[in-house]
Amino acid sequence: MDNTQQSQWRKAMSEFKTLKKRRWSKRQKKEALWGLLFVSPFIIGFLGFMFLPMLFSFVGSFTNYNVTNRMDFIGLNNFRRMFTQDELFTTSLYNTAYYVLFNVPLTTAGGVFLAVLLNRQIRGIRVFRTIFYLPSILSGVAVYVLWMQLLSPSSGLVNTILSWVGISGPAWLFDPQWTKPALILMRMWSVGGAMLLYLATLQNVPRQLYESAEVDGAGSFKKFLNITLPMITPIIFYDVVTSTIGAFQIFQEAYVMTEGGTGGPANSLLFYNLHMWNQAFVARNMGYAMAMSMILFIIVLVLTFINLKLAPRWVHY
Amino acid sequence: MERLFWKGGIYIATSDVLAGDKAQPKVKREHFKSQKRQQLIGKIIVYIVLILVSVILLAPLWWMVSTSLKPMEEIVRFPPTFIPETIQFENYAQTVQAFPFFKYMRNTLFITVFVVLGNILSNSFIAYGFAKIDFPGKNVLFALVLATMMVPGFVTMIPQYILFTRIGWVGTYLPLIVPSFFGSAFNIFLLRQFYMSINNELTEAAQIDGANHLYIWSRLMIPLTKPALITVGIMSFNGAWNDFLGPLLYITREDMYTLQIGLQSFQNQSTTQWNYLMAGATLVMIPTVLLFFFAQKYFIQGMDLTGGTKG
Repeated sequence: MDNTQQSQWRKAMSEFKTLKKRRWSKRQKKEALWGLLFVSPFIIGFLGFMFLPMLFSFVGSFTNYNVTNRMDFIGLNNFRRMFTQDELFTTSLYNTAYYVLFNVPLTTAGGVFLAVLLNRQIRGIRVFRTIFYLPSILSGVAVYVLWMQLLSPSSGLVNTILSWVGISGPAWLFDPQWTKPALILMRMWSVGGAMLLYLATLQNVPRQLYESAEVDGAGSFKKFLNITLPMITPIIFYDVVTSTIGAFQIFQEAYVMTEGGTGGPANSLLFYNLHMWNQAFVARNMGYAMAMSMILFIIVLVLTFINLKLAPRWVHY
Repeated sequence: MERLFWKGGIYIATSDVLAGDKAQPKVKREHFKSQKRQQLIGKIIVYIVLILVSVILLAPLWWMVSTSLKPMEEIVRFPPTFIPETIQFENYAQTVQAFPFFKYMRNTLFITVFVVLGNILSNSFIAYGFAKIDFPGKNVLFALVLATMMVPGFVTMIPQYILFTRIGWVGTYLPLIVPSFFGSAFNIFLLRQFYMSINNELTEAAQIDGANHLYIWSRLMIPLTKPALITVGIMSFNGAWNDFLGPLLYITREDMYTLQIGLQSFQNQSTTQWNYLMAGATLVMIPTVLLFFFAQKYFIQGMDLTGGTKG
């Protein structure tokens, strides 16, 4: 995707430079009108649902807007409050960082592991692929409700299995120490999404590479280290950046699993977006919430920029 | 690697991924007996790990269905039973009443139908413009389409909510439906790739015969690109069916709830009534699971569309 975006960007820039120089015949003009007609829904949607709202957010982040009447400019006060006064903001940043830091490496490693496991021609492999992929297509409240039962301290499946090996499981969603690991565990269930990405890459690795390595007497681990891993590093990089962006925006699970966005025991599940949500729609501090959304935008922008800048160095074409 | 794509947590990849077994030719080599035995052991280990992982991944679903059929006494008993001793199908009857399942399903279907329709129409319309018509600023605009993919939903959510409040749409389905009629970056991109793979001679010939673009799009392109449109339709169905955030923000009256919101408030009311909750979760999940099994081909097709276009 990055590659296309880059070449698209280059095309766009060169077009932009020649835009005024071109002369258009009557037929071309008519054709151009058709073109604009066809893409007009996008232009209208972009302006109405994205560009103007974001502009409003940008302006609003410097105000104390609260939907009803107030909208005074208060300069950088919202941002100052975020970093100096709002303790929950710091908590939410910590929780989000914790989640990202554990979730991303674990799902990446899990995805690579399953993909390597599946990347072989043996009987019944298709069935296994379907099974591994299935959980990742399930989403929404049903999944969260299911996991609330699985993680239930007394009657849940997870603690039942732990009890077989003599471990008395934690209270998961009720223990501030264990709430985030609980969500990370839940997320591991849908590791099939990442797996599919790696599997697609692995299947393009030439078989001969492995065969010649075998002739040289390389074992499975050596083959993985010297062939598989170098071939998939670009994808690992891409996956790490996109899932960091995704994980940073965790919201729904925290909202549903803490009974309506309360943030869980000791605010241990108060993630960045949940805090923003509460500020916007519960406390009605719209100006403050919009300032938070601007910070989120900058974070995502930086991550995307890293992705676009660094990706070409990792990718071997 | 150029043939994969990512959207909202779903990875989509080329056809050979799930289809699997398009085996590369096996190389025949001479083996010594011990080597063969080693290979056999290796194969057995691989199967054991595969089965183990499958069991782990399927266990939650099994647990959900099994809990949904148990009476409450059996759920709280220790150690728990994996196969329900008493099967209580009434749990489902109780659930669809306690949590007005059919009412919420009608509401959800209503929204979903319009979202799917809106996505198919708008995205194919816009994509046709980008793929088949030459107009100034096309590449700049398309770069903009790609750029919108990077904007997180939470950044536009608050001002959008303010906008919809101001025009009086909060409490209606309009904020959930209307935006889907203005295209979405990923689908535009997907369909544009598909249209570009169709030979220009066809549209040019139709134009010489006097057909305008509206005619070509609706009469030639839509029938030709049915598989791609079904893919877009399935993905939008899944998105709308499982959408939680939108309804949470914009639906205010209980009788307008969707399944996702309904299940969440049902969960809040009956926190430990696990059999009913699991029955509810099962019912809500069924359409997605069915879609996955019957339309795997289309999930995969979407991926093929993005293939061979890079670089």
